[in-house]
Amino acid sequence: MLSRVASTLYWMSRYVERAENTARVLDVTWRMSLLVQEPELQNQEWFAPLNITGTLFPFSGRHDEVCAREVLHFMALDAENPGSIFSCARQARENARAVRGSITSEMWEVLNSTWLEMQHMDEDLMDARGVSSFFDWVKERSHLFRGVTFGTMHRDDAYEFARLGTHMERADSTARILDVKYHVLLPSVKDVGGAVDYYQWSAVLRSVAAFEAYRKVYRDVITPLKLAELLILRDDIPRSLRFCLRQVFETLGHVQNAQSGESLRLAGQVLAGLQYGRISEIFAGGLHEYLTEFLESMQDLSAQIQRSFFSSRVVE
Amino acid sequence: MATSGLYNEMFDADRSVRGHYAAFAEWLAETPPSRIAQNRHAADLLFHRVGITFAVYGEASGTERLIPFDIVPHVIPGAQWQRIARGLKQRVTALNRFLHDIYHAQEIVRAGKVPSNQVNRNAQFRPEMVGVDVPGGVYAHVAGVDLVKHSDGEYYVLEDNLRTPSGVSYMLENRKMMMRLFPELFAQQRIRPVDHYPDLLLETLRGVAQGNAENPTIVLLTPGHYNSAYFEHAFLAQQMGIELVEGQDLFVLNNTVFMRTTQGPQKVDVIYRRIDDDFLDPLAFRPDSMLGVPGLLSAYRAGRVTLANAIGTGVADDKSMYPYVPEMIRFYMGEEPILRNVPTYVLGKEEDRLYVLDHLEELVVKEAQGSGGYGMLVGPTSTRDERERYRQRILDQPERFIAQPTLSLSMVPTYCGDVLADRHIDLRPYVLTGSDVTFVPGGLTRVALREGSLVVNSSQGGGVKDTWVVD
Repeated sequence: MLSRVASTLYWMSRYVERAENTARVLDVTWRMSLLVQEPELQNQEWFAPLNITGTLFPFSGRHDEVCAREVLHFMALDAENPGSIFSCARQARENARAVRGSITSEMWEVLNSTWLEMQHMDEDLMDARGVSSFFDWVKERSHLFRGVTFGTMHRDDAYEFARLGTHMERADSTARILDVKYHVLLPSVKDVGGAVDYYQWSAVLRSVAAFEAYRKVYRDVITPLKLAELLILRDDIPRSLRFCLRQVFETLGHVQNAQSGESLRLAGQVLAGLQYGRISEIFAGGLHEYLTEFLESMQDLSAQIQRSFFSSRVVE
Repeated sequence: MATSGLYNEMFDADRSVRGHYAAFAEWLAETPPSRIAQNRHAADLLFHRVGITFAVYGEASGTERLIPFDIVPHVIPGAQWQRIARGLKQRVTALNRFLHDIYHAQEIVRAGKVPSNQVNRNAQFRPEMVGVDVPGGVYAHVAGVDLVKHSDGEYYVLEDNLRTPSGVSYMLENRKMMMRLFPELFAQQRIRPVDHYPDLLLETLRGVAQGNAENPTIVLLTPGHYNSAYFEHAFLAQQMGIELVEGQDLFVLNNTVFMRTTQGPQKVDVIYRRIDDDFLDPLAFRPDSMLGVPGLLSAYRAGRVTLANAIGTGVADDKSMYPYVPEMIRFYMGEEPILRNVPTYVLGKEEDRLYVLDHLEELVVKEAQGSGGYGMLVGPTSTRDERERYRQRILDQPERFIAQPTLSLSMVPTYCGDVLADRHIDLRPYVLTGSDVTFVPGGLTRVALREGSLVVNSSQGGGVKDTWVVD
């Protein structure tokens, strides 16, 4: 298929996935902030979504205070913030529009009507509907898009590149969520215990839709070690790093060409680390250090995919 | 041409329903207005959701608008269509022969039927095409012939579109919408289907691949998603199952055209291009074009790739060439034209110019090179001021203009708000020429939504209707 089209499909999926992940993080933060405690701590929660998406700096440039209202607006509705849910919906739709011939009309209609509805969204409407129901809506649209993709798309390379985008973005997002929340996962704070920790940990699980799965897998109270194991090393959790990387590796195998050996090697290397790693060793080396390294190798992989498949120089 | 009275497609002079509209009229009388109103609203929502929009030039970038869709169809009796179809085939065949002729021996010029200047000095004449043999001698693979019905009940050809005629996706979507909203209408009577147009187009394109390639790679070349007709490009590519490419996706190596794919370069055999000649190849035409493919012309001239439509078709659909089409039909086909031409004044001729300047308020004056209804003067509805300004433009560069009597386009009842009112329409059938000449019955009906307006172009506030050929 056309390199330009492959790249556009890849980014279309990444934007949809990014919108969903941002909605998840904001939703969980919103719920957490309702639980808290002392008023001066309330706003502390709102640093997390900014840190996860790496947008604390641009945010601070335009806002004085980190608080619920400001962060919610910035990350959900701000057209000036390229990472906001609003901007992701726009980008996903623009990308879809540029490759309409390569996606099904059902896929196009989901992204187009999402964008049409998103344009009418403002703070008042979000308040009126309830903040959480806005995030539910975003998640539903993303689920719908994925379902429609799965249910209608011809299983050709276009499908593979769309999936590649989804899993690259999701791996990146799960790693960032874990990294920002790693302080609540450190074994040293284990003894603190208590209700707040429980909510913090369950919040992390909920933000990656893995709360029920944790209960099923471990039938145990939530501990940081098991939580990290679930989201990093388990092969059967759709948002775990290992699951995502396996998908990436398999997809790259399906679309491989004469130049893509290095992409496949990089993905395989990261995947092997996840397949044969132990959570105790990851904690021993430092969770933050581990995740930082993981995010760096994802960036290398992303650049390599660009070179292998999307760059126009490939064919000349 | 008789000019009195207006022709109404649905009603005769006594305001009784014409036979071919009887079934629709009956349905209209029986259907509760609330259901019609509800479905008209549903149509709007569906078109928006499906994203059938077009960009409007001259408004803020990225402006997308919906073309208003009207549910009252333009109905044509089958027998009448047969005659139109014969006329279309005759006319487009003659135009294709004319194009082949003027890029080869120019027999029609030598026979004195078309002035040499008219051909060789025409801005749309492409010297690069002289002596080039295109597959099957076909130049205009896709032609849109705009027809209007005058008050005398006869069809006239308003203009030929032989470059990159658009609008066929609306024809297809309008039909889909009508069948979805009012399926009972299609059960009541036999309305000839149009949905196979993409198949016919694909067949046409396959038929003109160079060297009879067994399984030719066909692509649709679009200027990109900011173009006003992008929706249509994407739609047709998808319906035909071919790649929708932009200039940057193609490159030329050793006079062969390739597309850049994730699996490396792939040879391209046929390009259905929706980019104007000027932008096709920055090495040959406009050097500032970012839309084209460097080296494409050279590959084309070498016979390594087929372009549909061919380069240089503009010389035949130029409004200043239009008056000569009946003569072309007689010259190449040895037949009398079946479809009539509108009498046309060529302002480069002194005698015509003097007449036109004296009768500006009765005539429609257009630029010979214009399209999309931009920059025309509609005499009867113009102000004195507008006429005077136009007069000056004509005097400055008379050869740029042509003029025609104001046609009283036929009318079809059309929803304006919640009431039906008569509005003017035209009809654009799409004629496909490959190894054979084919088309689907009917075409795109455009309607001027403003009362009394004769301008049906979507960029000028026109709408569209479904077109039914009924038996």
